[in-house]
Amino acid sequence: MSQGRVWKYGDDVNTDVIFPGRYTYQIMEPAEMAKHALEDLDPEFAKNAKPGDVIVAGKNFGCGSSREQAAACLRAAGVQAVIAKSFARIYFRNAINLGLAVLQCAEASVALQTGDEVEIDFSGGRIICGGRVFKFFPLPASVIGIIEAGGLIEYTKKKL
Amino acid sequence: MGKTLTEKILGRKAGREVSAGEVVTVSPDYYLSHDNSAAIIGEFRKLGVARVRAPEKIIIILDHIVPAADEKYAQNHKTIREFAAAQGIPNFFDIQHGVCHQVLSEAGFALPGKVIVGSDSHTTTYGAFGAFAAGIGRTETASIWATDEIWLRVPETLKVEFSGSLPAGVYAKDAILKVIGANGADRANYEAVEFRGPAAGAFSAASRMTLANMAAEMGAKNACFEPDEVTLDWLKGRARSDYEIVRSDPDAFYEATLKYDLSGLEPQIACPHTVDNVRPVREVEGEPFHQALIGTCTNGRLEDLEAAVKMLKGRKIHPSVRALVLPASRAVYLDALRQGFLEILSEAGCVILNPGCGPCLGAHEGLLAAGEVVVSTSNRNFRGRMGNRDSEIYLASPATAAASALEGRITDPRKYT
Repeated sequence: MSQGRVWKYGDDVNTDVIFPGRYTYQIMEPAEMAKHALEDLDPEFAKNAKPGDVIVAGKNFGCGSSREQAAACLRAAGVQAVIAKSFARIYFRNAINLGLAVLQCAEASVALQTGDEVEIDFSGGRIICGGRVFKFFPLPASVIGIIEAGGLIEYTKKKL
Repeated sequence: MGKTLTEKILGRKAGREVSAGEVVTVSPDYYLSHDNSAAIIGEFRKLGVARVRAPEKIIIILDHIVPAADEKYAQNHKTIREFAAAQGIPNFFDIQHGVCHQVLSEAGFALPGKVIVGSDSHTTTYGAFGAFAAGIGRTETASIWATDEIWLRVPETLKVEFSGSLPAGVYAKDAILKVIGANGADRANYEAVEFRGPAAGAFSAASRMTLANMAAEMGAKNACFEPDEVTLDWLKGRARSDYEIVRSDPDAFYEATLKYDLSGLEPQIACPHTVDNVRPVREVEGEPFHQALIGTCTNGRLEDLEAAVKMLKGRKIHPSVRALVLPASRAVYLDALRQGFLEILSEAGCVILNPGCGPCLGAHEGLLAAGEVVVSTSNRNFRGRMGNRDSEIYLASPATAAASALEGRITDPRKYT
């Protein structure tokens, strides 16, 4: 079980507001990326994010560019999981490849609010908030293999 | 049950018959990267292998910030050049060529039946020529450099069927904006989009690239047109290798079919800050703006510049606005130069930029200040994408952008046709 505090956002949170294009070739260090996470959506986020925080959003989270910093910056900011109604496909892949948990759960996406404290049971597929329990389908085994290895680089290293 | 073009291409690569929903591991024909190759090189080095697996499949095209805007970008480019030379990567295109999607297509790599992955979300563009082409991330590209393999889920296919013909002043860009506006930015998430119907076949190769490019903005994994005479004409003298024409079976299964009669279509515009916030241009006519951008991988081909030239020939842009012209490639630039288009556009008051991504991704060459508004022919209008977070981006066709530049306010281009 892993605990975290919720930051709630809306539908179609795109990669430009998660990590602006003006930084994509300027900032390479994860810790530096974290300082600009969600800058054009919520300038308060990066200043106040804490390890274990959870982002909750609506549909199509991560739409737009294939830039991987949009996943890397959240992970560097300490975000342990993004819970959304749905994810854009490149973002979904990128997040897994970098070891950022992306959980699809429509119910939690609607019910959870900024400031809520949640617990996530990754293997059991449960999000718990106070007395409420939201279920999500655990990720497929092939994908869990990548996350368990610590991301695609470590996973590929083992295969080579 | 028959198969879709996408199922067939992935099935052939996997060496078995496959259907939507299955996961296949394939060896792609080509893998593209651009300025982000420097970051990919960093990830590749973590893998602990000395050599890339298949250098001839790697295509690197520098386009995002060309020429280098500062020393960081310059170092990025240098790292990439040195890596390409050291690894013997034959298909390295330096800064003079243009936007990766246009250059890769012009150079004859985008071919029917091929599987192409690219670390850029608009990799979908090559579906214009009947390839399976999908965007991926940097880490994944690094892994493919080492393994020559990727896993892909075979996508369901959404059919977009066009009938009728476009009225004067209305273009492929208006058609795709209409589709995205009516169906939402995630309508095709994880899916293949297949453009079909009699009017799909009537689109030029350039217009097909506009449509396939923009399919990324409805979430599509890949987009495709069935190869036909237009495709074969385009490929003549370009194709880099043999290729196989793949078409969907008549009884293939489609997740849904969206039908559009183009005859009744009017110019469309995506309003800030999402690509699916689409309205007819006439509904926002008269809105003031500050800069027009005509070009990019979405609308920077010769037919696009020609549409702008028709509006701007012998006229001047309005003194209250700036207009930037961004040809998609050097080949387009040269054609436009030889046909006198660049002279007309420059005479009209436009700034002609070098082929590349320019200000589209918000890094250089014409960014916006707080409170400024751009009418752009590019593919994304997310908040802050082209500069300050308090600037605004409208997306439209080159004709709409040019007509608007003439009047200094958003303008329906049909009054000039």
